[in-house]
Amino acid sequence: MPGSLTLWFLVLQRLGIALLTLLIVSFAVFFATELLPGDVAQILLGQAATPEAVAGLRHAMGLDEPAILRFFGWLAGLVHGDLGTSYVNKMPVAQLIGDRLINSLKLAGVTTVVSVPISLLMGIAAAMWRGSIFDRVISTLTISLISVPEFLVATLSVLVFAVWLGWLPALSYGADTSSFTALLKAYAMPVITLSFVISAQMIRMTRAAVIETINTPYVEMALLKGASRRRMVLGHALPNALGPIANAIALSLSYLVGGVIIVETIFNYPGVAKLMVDAVSTRDLPLIQSCAMIFCVSYLSLITLADLIAILSNPRLRH
Amino acid sequence: MKTLSNPLLLISHAHHGYAFNKVGRAGLAVIIFWGLIAIFGPLIEPYPPGQIASYDIFTPVSAEHWMGLDYLGHDVFSRVLMGARYTVGIALASVFLACTGGVILGMIAAVAGGLFDMILSRLLDAFNGIPSLLFGLVAVAAVGSSIPVLVLTLAAIYLPGSYRFARALAVNVNTMDFVTVARARGEKTPYLILREIFPNILGPVLADLGLRFVFIVLVLSGLSFLGLGVQPPNADWGALVRENVEGLSLGAPAIIFPCIAIASLTISVNLFIDNLPTKIRDRS
Repeated sequence: MPGSLTLWFLVLQRLGIALLTLLIVSFAVFFATELLPGDVAQILLGQAATPEAVAGLRHAMGLDEPAILRFFGWLAGLVHGDLGTSYVNKMPVAQLIGDRLINSLKLAGVTTVVSVPISLLMGIAAAMWRGSIFDRVISTLTISLISVPEFLVATLSVLVFAVWLGWLPALSYGADTSSFTALLKAYAMPVITLSFVISAQMIRMTRAAVIETINTPYVEMALLKGASRRRMVLGHALPNALGPIANAIALSLSYLVGGVIIVETIFNYPGVAKLMVDAVSTRDLPLIQSCAMIFCVSYLSLITLADLIAILSNPRLRH
Repeated sequence: MKTLSNPLLLISHAHHGYAFNKVGRAGLAVIIFWGLIAIFGPLIEPYPPGQIASYDIFTPVSAEHWMGLDYLGHDVFSRVLMGARYTVGIALASVFLACTGGVILGMIAAVAGGLFDMILSRLLDAFNGIPSLLFGLVAVAAVGSSIPVLVLTLAAIYLPGSYRFARALAVNVNTMDFVTVARARGEKTPYLILREIFPNILGPVLADLGLRFVFIVLVLSGLSFLGLGVQPPNADWGALVRENVEGLSLGAPAIIFPCIAIASLTISVNLFIDNLPTKIRDRS
């Protein structure tokens, strides 16, 4: 029993750290946007506003309260789902984000469904035939993909699939989405680009996880007793590499967060990231803060999930 | 363990396991090439990068314009030379700030231990919970984009990772006998950090610096691509891709060459680090 107690203690500790991190992150996001030069009330009312009007608006918006109080007010609002009101078009932020969030989740979901099985297959195959031509080609390709910015992958995919081959439209929206094929075409470019970015990470990590288990004495034993290479990898190494592989999947998916920002912008895809980049150029603070928190929460959840899988899949902690 | 008194000696000491293989050498050659371009680029540029060289736009490669013309008729070759200075310069400045800060804090935390170590580690780990591009976006939204802001932001994004890496290495070295002996001799903390720990983590720290340089180039070009990085009339390679994005449907060289420039730099650094002699990379 003491073993499983340690396990649950570790899990609780990890969740506690995640919550603490989230608190520090929200603090950072709030105060970073507070640094913005210029008085928000003044900007909203324009140069011609009288000092009295500015003071009145400051009071109405609660801007004359100490920043720390406004931080806790903002945090309490977030917890209750009240994201505030956009400065630019006076609409509730929750309403602006709603559909956009669903669009982004769709993009992320489709990408996950496409890239996870492919990456696992390629990663395991590369580990199984380690050192072969196939493995070396995969390794070179993935390291090249990891080394270049996401927008470069996007640019190259457009160049290859839309310009040279002419198979797909370059921009996803504004395109016709009435029929299924048209919809498929509209989603294809963003999904292809994101899948490349995510898969490269996932293939490398899966390969490394499997190779690590192949190097253990019991797998060597399996080889010595005459098991085939396939049996050695699939029957002996893989079951014990499942934990690290699941960890690798969750970690790679956290790269979706950065990738989605670039991909939505370049393909003009109406998701949260595009909304946020636009909000940055119009300096719409409540919108930036909410979008930033959405990204931080998703990123943190995936990283925490990866850690939890690593803890739970370690047999030494289970008994 | 021997200390690396003169890193240049490593290259000639092939028989000691310090040999660079072919891929590593090729990577190093490309890195040196871009380094030289960043320093001497302005001396060889055929046109001033801000000058409109012709009324044509998005032209193909020609004898007068080696990389064609861009969206306004600038000479792309001259602009890629100029971009090298911004991309390499900003990334180098940021990576040195990030790694110097991270390594110093990491070594202090490892040697000091206790509450200082715990609080610093928790705090910096929390910053690792913010996706890097998002961190950049929020910072630029807050204080506006200029080169000093970019350098400081990028350094702040990558300092926690460097801290974590250096601290883990330093904690290992800290438990070794020669450190215990030095401590028993009555050496003070600064001596322990500078003379006992630092020389023994230098190799992996330099490899980590290279990898972090790549990450910084990626985030910097990402920000510039979103229009939030280096501002016109200046341009780094990411900004050059952004400017010429309309040339994409034409397959114009104006967009292809900046892409090649970024990819060649980052892939070379990664290949170089990947093929570093194991004696440098995995000293601990």
